[in-house]
Amino acid sequence: MPRAGEIATDDTHDTGMDLLRFAAVGSVDDGKSTLIGRLLYDTRQLFDDQVAAVEAASARRGIGEVDLSFITDGLRAEREQGITIDVAYRYAATPRRKFVIADCPGHVQYTRNMATGASTADLALLVVDVVNGLREQTRRHACIAALLGVDQFVVCANKMDLVDWDEGAYREVTNDVRELAARLGVSSWQVIPVCALRGDNVVERSQAARFYEGPTVLEALEDAPAGAWASGHGTRSGAGARLPVQWVLRRPGGGRSYAGMVNGGALRAGDEVTVLPEGWRTTITGIETYDGPLDEAPAGISVSVDLADDLDVSRGDLLAVASDAPAVVKDLVATVCWFSDRPLRGGDRLRVKHTTRTTPARVSAVRGRLDVNRLQIDLATELANNEIGTVDLTTAVPLAVDPYRRDRITGSFVLIDEGTNATVAAGMVGEPHLAGDRAASSQALTASGSPA
Amino acid sequence: MTDTQTDGPYRTPGVRAADGLTPHGERPRPRPRRVDHLALLESHAIFVLREVAAESEHPVLLFSGGKDSAVLLHLAVKAFRPAGLPFPVMHVDTGHNFPEVIKFRDERVSQLGERLIVASVQDSIDRGRVPDPGQNASRNRLQTTTLLDAIAEHSFDACFGGARRDEDKARAKERVLSFRDTFGQWDPKRQRPELWHLYQGRVQPGEHVRAFPLSDWTELDIWQYIRREGIGLPDIYFAHRRLVVERDGMLLAVCDWVAPAPGEAVREETVRFRTVGDATCTGAVVSTARTVTQIIDEIAVSRVSERGATRADDRFSETAMEDRKREGYF
Ligand SMILES: Nc1nc2c(ncn2[C@@H]2O[C@H](COP(=O)(O)OP(=O)(O)OP(=O)(O)O)[C@@H](O)[C@H]2O)c(=O)[nH]1
Ligand SMILES: [Mg+2]
Repeated sequence: MPRAGEIATDDTHDTGMDLLRFAAVGSVDDGKSTLIGRLLYDTRQLFDDQVAAVEAASARRGIGEVDLSFITDGLRAEREQGITIDVAYRYAATPRRKFVIADCPGHVQYTRNMATGASTADLALLVVDVVNGLREQTRRHACIAALLGVDQFVVCANKMDLVDWDEGAYREVTNDVRELAARLGVSSWQVIPVCALRGDNVVERSQAARFYEGPTVLEALEDAPAGAWASGHGTRSGAGARLPVQWVLRRPGGGRSYAGMVNGGALRAGDEVTVLPEGWRTTITGIETYDGPLDEAPAGISVSVDLADDLDVSRGDLLAVASDAPAVVKDLVATVCWFSDRPLRGGDRLRVKHTTRTTPARVSAVRGRLDVNRLQIDLATELANNEIGTVDLTTAVPLAVDPYRRDRITGSFVLIDEGTNATVAAGMVGEPHLAGDRAASSQALTASGSPA
Repeated sequence: MTDTQTDGPYRTPGVRAADGLTPHGERPRPRPRRVDHLALLESHAIFVLREVAAESEHPVLLFSGGKDSAVLLHLAVKAFRPAGLPFPVMHVDTGHNFPEVIKFRDERVSQLGERLIVASVQDSIDRGRVPDPGQNASRNRLQTTTLLDAIAEHSFDACFGGARRDEDKARAKERVLSFRDTFGQWDPKRQRPELWHLYQGRVQPGEHVRAFPLSDWTELDIWQYIRREGIGLPDIYFAHRRLVVERDGMLLAVCDWVAPAPGEAVREETVRFRTVGDATCTGAVVSTARTVTQIIDEIAVSRVSERGATRADDRFSETAMEDRKREGYF
């Protein structure tokens, strides 16, 4: 395989090349880091000094061969304990495309870090140790990825060497994945029998799996559609254009323009917009960038806009095309992944950061908890660390929200502990998002919209 | 010396010298924008700059005069013009500088009309904050004390840095917004979750965040962006003749702090620098690349990483960068 260096570096070609952001997920020790290491090694993405450093680190620990997991497990504690603690981001390129890779930790204690890595991924590389099959943590990761809106899974039935490349073991994983994917509403998935340790079916096709004729891991990654994080900072088609106001730019000669990143759809000069939560109507008279004005700003681009009317717009407000504006609510139902040792309970006070606004919020009730094995929501009154559930939230000021399924930017939020300032939850606005709808608690649990 | 207008060292007359001073809107209408990889990286970096500037009380942008900080400063200008930057620019000065870099630093900051703070390692030594390691020893690690003292003195609660995740295996683990406790320490086992693009940098007094808008950029992305934007750089990034000594497999520039030791031969080579740091531990690479395009072609086929080729400070131990970062290093 050519390495990054052998691709064309001509500006027009190279920078126009498409990109896939993917996250390696799955249970602890199932071989995610080894697989990513193998992928990087066999596609020759590594520099000579990096390979030498990994060889030396392996030798120092008495590991006979190179431990490929050391390519991403770069922290002292990770190498000592042989597990991944936090996400490693790696960048790779083949002649077909560029990749941004997030190698996530599998240990349940670091689920928050897995969610971090998966939240900007367009594809999940789900690694399953074929000896143990799908474990609770495998299912938790699959659930979180699906909730976050990852709709393509490339599943690796790993460690096939340990079962002598037994087709039955591979089929068992495939059957379990089929059922899981159906329940999660993940439409695109495939299972590849691999041995990350030796590299079978990772980059090089294996002779060992005679029963398998599908793509290698690299081929699957090269063939996958690029997705929304690669092309527009998470924007999927559907919602109208939105611009959460980040910053008010004052012109030296007077006048203000409102800076932020466009999402949802393209914003055009002349568009009629609503300023939320206030509800004022006005018109975009100009879209500015440092490089000059634009007639149209596509999703994912940072701009500043001028408005026809002199309104008191400030950071935290949202400009939305008037024909398709989000709802303004103070009460909402959401799915949350909880990341704190202290359980989340009804009555808890937290801060919510939603788009560019941070405001106090109260959890009016915890409604349900997802049982990741049965993929069912049970009634619950609290969520423990690393649990996923549905909650009713009341915010101090109204927020302009879309269902997460429609718009990842206006549909997502984090919860912040008021005492420690730690980020303690990832939240996704349900559909329908208005509190009080009993159906909402079950519907909120799949990003695809099909009730779990 | 260079072949095209925007493709060469900053002294080339054709480089846009006054960029940043022109209020936007007065420029010629740009070509229709393709939303390509570099445009998305740029847009995201601008988003991070605005987000952190809005949410912190006293932000600062760390500027070494190197290529990554030149790109970062350029992006900051793009994020906030036509107004001035809502933060000062700070250089943590080891005193072991390449004169070309200091010249570039001063010219660039004054050209933009922004405020420069220089936090000096020599001052830290003179005031007894750190032991004097001796005239010719690396001051790389000492920068941490100088940096943390300056952060405390100015009550900075957010520091923008130009670090990239592709530089090092510990950096590969770091968040875009990276929390530092009251001792300035990074705890890689307790990083805040960072979901989507919801950057959350709330801190208590005495704590701060480091913000890395270039996290997802690679060395190649940086150079391609420098070419596209015509960003000026210090001359030492481009091939030139220089007296060097070979030490620990690295070519060090002979200067006030690097004198040949007994047995070391001084020779003249055509070299350039891939990174810029303390002159005593920043190696040059043999190169004939005199333009940005030639540099892009060169690094595209390089077999050695940016820091592997040039940084003695990463060779102390397996986890040298992690160890320095834990102490509060950039
Ligand atoms: N026999 C065999 N062992 C493997 C294979 N892939 C990985 N391993 C071993 O499985 C162990 C765990 O591998 P890692 O790559 O660290 O697993 P991980 O999924 O990244 O673990 P966490 O990140 O901590 O969740 C190591 O001892 C690997 O050498 C394989 O294909 N065959
Ligand atoms: Mg791992």
